[in-house]
Amino acid sequence: MGKPTGFLDYDRQCGFAALPEDRIKHFNEFHISLSKREQEKQGARCMECGVPFCQSGLMLGGMVSGCPLNNLIPEWNDLIYTGNWEQALRRLLKTNNFPEFTARVCPAPCEAACTCALNGEPVSIKENEHGIIESAFLDGLIKAAVPKVRTGKKVAIVGSGPAGLAAADQLNKRGHQVTVFERDDRIGGLLMYGIPNMKLEKHVIERRVAIMMEEGIQFVTNTNVGKDYQAAKLLEAYDSVILTCGASNPRDLNVQGRDLNGIYFAVDFLKSTTKSLLISDLADQKYISAKDKKVLVIGGGDTGNDCVATSIRHGAAGIVQLEMMPKAPDEREDSNPWPEWPKVLKTDYGQEESIAVFGSDPRVFGTTVKEFISDEAGNVKQALTVMLEWKKDPDDGRIKMSEIPGSEKLIEVDLVLIAAGFLGSEPYVTEAFDVETDGRTNIKTKQGSYETANEKVFAAGDTRRGQSLVVWAIKEGREAAKCVDQKLMGYTNLE
Amino acid sequence: MKAPRLYDPQFEHDNCGIGAVVNIKGEKTHSTVLNALTIVETLKHRAGKDADGKTGDGVGIMLQISHRFFKKATEDIGLNIREERDYGIGMFFFPEDELCRNRAKKMFEIIVEKEGLEFIGWRSVPTNPETLGPKAIACMPHILQGFVRRPAEIDKGLPFDRKLYIVRRIFEQSNDNTYVVSLSSRTIVYKGMFLVGQLKWFFTDLQDLDYESAIAIVHSRFSTNTNPSWQRAHPNRLIVHNGEINTIRGNADRMLAREETMSTALFQGEMHKILPVINSEGSDSAMLDNTLEFLVMSGISLPLAVMLLIPEPWENNPSISDAKRNFYQYYATMMEPWDGPASILFSDGDLVGAVLDRNGLRPSRYYVTDDGQLILSSEVGALKIPAEKIILKERLHPGKMLLVDTVNGRLIQDNNLKESYAKSQPYGEWVDRNLVHLKDLQIPNKKVEIYSHEARIRLQKAFGYTYEEVKTSILPMAKTGGEPIASMGTDSPLPILSGECQPLFNYFKQLFAQVTNPPIDAIREEVVTSTTVYIGQEGNLLEEKADNCKMIKVSNPILTSTDILKIKSMKIPGFKVETIPITYYKSTSLVKALDRLFLEVDRAYRDGVNILILSDRGVDENHVAIPSLLAVSALEHYLVRTKKRTAVAMILESAEPREVHHFATLLGYGACAINPYLAQESIQELIDNNLLDKDYYAAVNDYNHAILHGIVKIASKMGISTLQSYQGSQIFEAIGIHKKVIDQYFTNTVSRIGGIDIKDIEEQIEKLHSKAFDPLGLGIELSLNSSGGHKYRSQKCEHLYNPQTIHLLQQAVRMNDYDVFKEYSANINDEKRAMNLRSLLEFNYPKEGIPVDEVESVDSIVRRFKTGAMSYGSISKEAHETLAVAMNEIHGKSNSGEGGESLDRLESNRCSAIKQVASGRFGVTSKYLVSANEIQIKMAQGAKPGEGGHLPGEKVYPWVAKTRHSTPGVGLISPPPHHDIYSIEDLAQLIYDLKNANKEARISVKLVSETGVGTVAAGVAKAGAQVILVSGYDGGTGAAPRTSIYNAGLPWELGLAETHQTLMMNGLRQKVVLETDGKLMTGRDVAIAAILGAEEYGFATAPLVAMGCVMMRVCNLDTCPVGIATQNPKLRKRFKGKPEHVVHLMHFIAGELREYMAKLGIRTLDELIGRTDLLRVKKNINATWASKIDLSAVLDNSFIDHKAAGIKFDKEQSYDFELEKTIDERVLLKEFKSALKTGRKKTITIDVSNIDRTLGTIFGAEITRKYHDTLKDDTFTVKCNGSGGQSFGAFIPNGLTLELAGDSNDYFGKGLSGGNLILYPPAKANFKADENIIVGNVALYGATSGKAMIDGVAGERFAVRNSGAIAVVCGVGDHGCEYMTGGRVAVLGRTGKNFAAGMSGGIAYVLDEDRDFYTRVNKELVSLEEVASKYDVKELKDMIEEFVKRTNSLKGKMVLENFAEYLPQFKKVLPHDYSHMQSAIARMEEKGFSSETAQIEAFYESQRG
Repeated sequence: MGKPTGFLDYDRQCGFAALPEDRIKHFNEFHISLSKREQEKQGARCMECGVPFCQSGLMLGGMVSGCPLNNLIPEWNDLIYTGNWEQALRRLLKTNNFPEFTARVCPAPCEAACTCALNGEPVSIKENEHGIIESAFLDGLIKAAVPKVRTGKKVAIVGSGPAGLAAADQLNKRGHQVTVFERDDRIGGLLMYGIPNMKLEKHVIERRVAIMMEEGIQFVTNTNVGKDYQAAKLLEAYDSVILTCGASNPRDLNVQGRDLNGIYFAVDFLKSTTKSLLISDLADQKYISAKDKKVLVIGGGDTGNDCVATSIRHGAAGIVQLEMMPKAPDEREDSNPWPEWPKVLKTDYGQEESIAVFGSDPRVFGTTVKEFISDEAGNVKQALTVMLEWKKDPDDGRIKMSEIPGSEKLIEVDLVLIAAGFLGSEPYVTEAFDVETDGRTNIKTKQGSYETANEKVFAAGDTRRGQSLVVWAIKEGREAAKCVDQKLMGYTNLE
Repeated sequence: MKAPRLYDPQFEHDNCGIGAVVNIKGEKTHSTVLNALTIVETLKHRAGKDADGKTGDGVGIMLQISHRFFKKATEDIGLNIREERDYGIGMFFFPEDELCRNRAKKMFEIIVEKEGLEFIGWRSVPTNPETLGPKAIACMPHILQGFVRRPAEIDKGLPFDRKLYIVRRIFEQSNDNTYVVSLSSRTIVYKGMFLVGQLKWFFTDLQDLDYESAIAIVHSRFSTNTNPSWQRAHPNRLIVHNGEINTIRGNADRMLAREETMSTALFQGEMHKILPVINSEGSDSAMLDNTLEFLVMSGISLPLAVMLLIPEPWENNPSISDAKRNFYQYYATMMEPWDGPASILFSDGDLVGAVLDRNGLRPSRYYVTDDGQLILSSEVGALKIPAEKIILKERLHPGKMLLVDTVNGRLIQDNNLKESYAKSQPYGEWVDRNLVHLKDLQIPNKKVEIYSHEARIRLQKAFGYTYEEVKTSILPMAKTGGEPIASMGTDSPLPILSGECQPLFNYFKQLFAQVTNPPIDAIREEVVTSTTVYIGQEGNLLEEKADNCKMIKVSNPILTSTDILKIKSMKIPGFKVETIPITYYKSTSLVKALDRLFLEVDRAYRDGVNILILSDRGVDENHVAIPSLLAVSALEHYLVRTKKRTAVAMILESAEPREVHHFATLLGYGACAINPYLAQESIQELIDNNLLDKDYYAAVNDYNHAILHGIVKIASKMGISTLQSYQGSQIFEAIGIHKKVIDQYFTNTVSRIGGIDIKDIEEQIEKLHSKAFDPLGLGIELSLNSSGGHKYRSQKCEHLYNPQTIHLLQQAVRMNDYDVFKEYSANINDEKRAMNLRSLLEFNYPKEGIPVDEVESVDSIVRRFKTGAMSYGSISKEAHETLAVAMNEIHGKSNSGEGGESLDRLESNRCSAIKQVASGRFGVTSKYLVSANEIQIKMAQGAKPGEGGHLPGEKVYPWVAKTRHSTPGVGLISPPPHHDIYSIEDLAQLIYDLKNANKEARISVKLVSETGVGTVAAGVAKAGAQVILVSGYDGGTGAAPRTSIYNAGLPWELGLAETHQTLMMNGLRQKVVLETDGKLMTGRDVAIAAILGAEEYGFATAPLVAMGCVMMRVCNLDTCPVGIATQNPKLRKRFKGKPEHVVHLMHFIAGELREYMAKLGIRTLDELIGRTDLLRVKKNINATWASKIDLSAVLDNSFIDHKAAGIKFDKEQSYDFELEKTIDERVLLKEFKSALKTGRKKTITIDVSNIDRTLGTIFGAEITRKYHDTLKDDTFTVKCNGSGGQSFGAFIPNGLTLELAGDSNDYFGKGLSGGNLILYPPAKANFKADENIIVGNVALYGATSGKAMIDGVAGERFAVRNSGAIAVVCGVGDHGCEYMTGGRVAVLGRTGKNFAAGMSGGIAYVLDEDRDFYTRVNKELVSLEEVASKYDVKELKDMIEEFVKRTNSLKGKMVLENFAEYLPQFKKVLPHDYSHMQSAIARMEEKGFSSETAQIEAFYESQRG
């Protein structure tokens, strides 16, 4: 245990975020970490629970509570408290191949489930993790470790998102020859282009990929398996294939005027910015710009928020963000007790920035778009919004939404970004590999396994479970690797 | 009636009352016989009887052969026995069957002739069977005496008896249907299954006035069982025994092994006729008797033989002479102590002796009279002797011996006796020349092998180390030298159900002492413990010679790698060491590897090797190791079987052991010493990794010390105080191991549910090895895995309380939503999971059930529900009261735990219905007891059976201290044993005391499930308990060493079923209510408990979780984040539990239970009790080895048809305490009737004797009910004359004074609650009061207030756990004022050793006239000071003045009259912490704080350090 009374002796303290008015001037990460000494004290707040909810990865009321990776959080919290950063790193890496990603982008269900949060503020688990992995990089502890023995087995991984990378890392360590295929020009999948640079600077991914390459993993970019590369060929050339292609099929908005100019999927908007940023620091102008535009973001999730922040950095003239759900309460309701994910109003960085720049929260709750109205050139000009109400259906008890008659409203817009989530895998891949999908187009695997109906083909990550968190992707990638190892060798020593 | 499946006769225990009358000059009289018979008859309460009270457990007498009588008796039947000692008499229990009997008789006659003796004839012993109980008659043997003539060439006495001994041994081995009670030319034994009064009437020989003897030894037995047995009655051939030999298994095994090395000219060529020495079917006493007899017959004199079997504690005793020390040292190399509570009387017909065990755990008092009689007994007053005839009143002291030589007419005291033996040989020279000390061996010029980081990790993985073990077990031990503490019990599967590769050690559960023998207090009474072991070839015990002690003496059997290097390379003549590998090729057979090991050892033995080092160094890619425990135990049994055990010693060098329990099992199964090289390398690893900032050697030493300390504790739980005796004692039960493995490699270990076989073990080894050394050499992750064993880790070891179940349970009770509860219980009862034994069972539903609404109501069911015993102090006021309010509301019962209860709660709805009485006796006052519905005696608790408790000073907040009558900020310790329960008859006494203290309350006894608990429970039922709780090992909310939480005790399923079966077998089931607890979490759990026999049910963790507990498992740290297990006011504010949460939980569980009952077609719970036909073993369980478990013994229903015998409690048949016969009821309540009404002063005078037990307590309870503590001193006075029975004045409150002229027995003033006790010798006495013993052991135990003035010397353990009484006494025995937390004690004379051990409060003043008091004080917690301050001087003087006024003490007067001269000789014994806190409080008061605030301020000041 860190310090038995640590949770009473110390208050939670987090790193500092740069002021919104400063940070919107650039696309870089803007968190300043605590000093190592301060971070160690935060480790002392961990109570080393008998039942650490933080690492349980439990599904409660449809939301995850605690870390799906089952990170050994109490163990490394204790180790940083006692100043054993290297040991902490070893415990962290046991369950998490890429803490540098999760420590930046994870919504931290661990903290929501932290027992300290039952009566106060949770342990700063996410920042502790960040401290461990970044100081490890700084101290040169993260080095390539080339496997000494090779098995002679070849594994192809389709998609280089977190699930694919995790599977690749695990299998390579066991000595299998791993090749990762990526349809884009850069490795990382959603990490690279789905998440803006402010949240995850792209050199962080490149840093990791470089190590993995040194360890012997081959990366093939700009190769869209199922389109540019025949699945059959792949199956012939490799002993096993893991599909980790993500849930990249964005959910669309089926309303009148959807096809007008100026309406984009959020992911395209974000990707164009990142690409341009990486190639030319945005000098090439090859991105969907929000500059001087009245932006309407549809969707109140993380991606929506990323769109808000990116738009502000472009220099948007104004931003409205629509969220279908009603506004969440400021504090937990009795029906939503700890350790469930707290359904409370969270004001994320984009919204903070919006408040700083425009003086108000961009979010409009319980509202959706009914129709887009164009100008004469076919560009979107206005959006007709309507308010929604949520009611329990007396017949089946489910909560259903309905429009509130007469609540329609017209707003002026120049740019619409749809951030309404993702539906599932894209058919060209599943068809190419002839794997079954479920009703939500997720790839079906055998019960309790990652093996598809085709015994050479495995699937993991969003493509299997649907749109989800990076931690789930890593978890699935690891577990799929274990299945593959077992399949290929007849036994496995992967955890 | 066939014996139930879980019962085994080997679990039986007995305890007793004993007595002896000896004419020191050897004059034979009939009155000696009569007096001894009188003694045994007045010790009625120390004897047991069966369920119907008509058949006794056994009574007997040993006498000299009365020539006068037998001459007459044989003449009548025409036999000529010639002169005294020319003949021997055999007393026989022959079979009733005539043919069998005649054959046996003939056989005896033939053997006698063949051995060259002459058979004279048979005498049928006249008896009166009509006086006996039906059970005794049913199995009554045919009793005959056989006479054998002494040949002229054999001398009278011992030589003739030796010959008779050979005859008897041959006869015994050729006849197993006849029992030879005695066969001797000097002594004879009459015994049988009697009630105490029946002995004399049954054997008319004893009534014959011609029957004369100078020696008479009597014994009455209190057995745990009532299984008929005439032969188990005492006396044996040489001894009677009150107590229990705890180390018996190891002792017996060793004696068997020793047969190879023992030789004596006396049995030249005849040894084979005698062996085996020990009859393995006998009781522990019988085996001790066998051994003693063998030694005596082999030429060792009787007292010497007793000394070497039951040595006094000599090793850590500074005051023992060199000669004695050397003597004991010499014999210690050949004989391990036979250890356990024991008061033993022995006689060969010439000598009579008595000896007491080293702990002094049994009472033995004696008088010497002016006409040369010695009268010794468990109690004084058993025989009335006029005071003026007595010249000495003494007691046997711990470890001491008393001997009477009737031939020379001398009484020899311990010191003279032992010194003369000690000087009979040059033991000192012998030891000096031959005994090698490990520390003196040279360190060779060689390096200890050290591993690389990677090699370490691989080895750790191969041996199954987990991250937790290294981080939370090895690390803290290396850091602090102590064992890690944990809390909240265990909720993870048994090893066999875990599906994990667990070390074999974990399949063995530690046994522990409860009731029939006490655990030892190894911490506070360390003076009696010893950790020394001897390594080498054992000598010939029967021949005194220098070479016998050629051994290596090792004071700590946990060896460093340097130690083992020293042993490996030692070159001393007489020692030959060889290392034998216990590794084998992976994927080959483990059985073959073991066979090869045996061959290797045989070869080494032939080569003359006498020290074997079994080593598993050398595990690599293709070598695996035999599990060290398997190797050790298999080899031990092999060596015993092949009689090589004493020729070779076995040391283990192994990577496997790392936890205390591992070492404990290894030593317990025969290893002499262990080098845990990988555990020690792991410490190096921790240092290399900066996880431990400490010198390596210091860290290893501390680790070794922690292990050793832990083992001593495990041994002490079983009542064993020396590691030498612990070694090979095999006090474990296996759970989950197949019978074949047990029979072959762990012979005689109990294993009742089957389990893994040797192939499974082999698979586990390979599986672990493959994780460490990848079979293809592929990359593996080189770090240890977390197992989630104690603290949960997702995806690892399963726990019943996990994030899911905790959340669901809390949601269910908060929202009062039964559906959510069902989700929770579905999770716990998951059909496919096998977490515990009950999950392997399923219900045998009838075709049709009944509607739920026909089942007994929820409200009625919950009356049987109880919450667990959690003390106020361990949990917060809020939590404690919430439980009480909730349980009172539903008419269930909450349990106070052992911490007292504040007065304002006792008459409100916050009053706990069950009041617990545990060893600490915190706040156990008359008022506390009177407020109870049920009083529970805690003999053991699930989390740490056999251990005491410890509430650290930081948790003793002022409000906690108040209810416990102690000082804030000063740690509180509950001793491992109840100091008033060292045996079953003691428990009977405490039950009786408590019943007197509150007639209305049920008395409950809490036991923990283990092998033999059923037998213990039978004894408890006979002792008068009305409720017996059998707790599971997995329960336990308190803090305990982690080793104990996981490795001691068994699941309740086993203990409950065994208890239910055993009680029925004995016809005792209907006398008691059976209760169980231990992680009962759902209605299904309760249904199974009911079916296995439980009528009431306890819940502890579940209600805690309902109140908000999230299983932090930090109860020991005062940091409970939800305000339950904490006293910190800041955290207590966080408590959100409400009584209704607990009520909902209880309702849900009952509701669910009803659903099961409905499906089973059962309407009332009563109908469900014991219906094992409604259960069956589940098939297709999803756990690796679950199918290997055999639960048929648990489901045994041989008694289901015996409803006549009663399968559940029947109020009509509960124990009759016969309270109407007490003096309190007959006299006191009547005489004081009107005075009690008005509270007016009144005095009466009565006569008392030792059968008047617990005097004044019923009357005291009435006073408390009416006046609580408001009466003035001496309002009611009872003047008594005679010998006070046990527990004289127990719990008496303010206003009552008992004055006794005479003497008194054990437990005088137990729990004194404000009353006054005055004790002085009768006016006519001629002995000096201050030099003679006047009161027995454990006086004033747990006294909370009041006064005791005692003009005389008290026995051992005076004023233990006194928390407020004031006492003056002339002298005390060993362990005085132990654990005292308050009050004042003045001792105007000598104390015994270990004074003030564990004393954390109060003050003792001791008159130290010889200026050597300091040598007898345990200074761990106290300091000695002059009595200097004005206040102290006045206090002392006042105490002595009152003492003199009350008792007229001459000693007191002398001190007072010369006070100025005496004062400087007084020492003030002051506990450090207490003194520190008192002065802090005084300082705060000076600052102007009120007394209460001052305490709080002082407490916080001390917290801040």
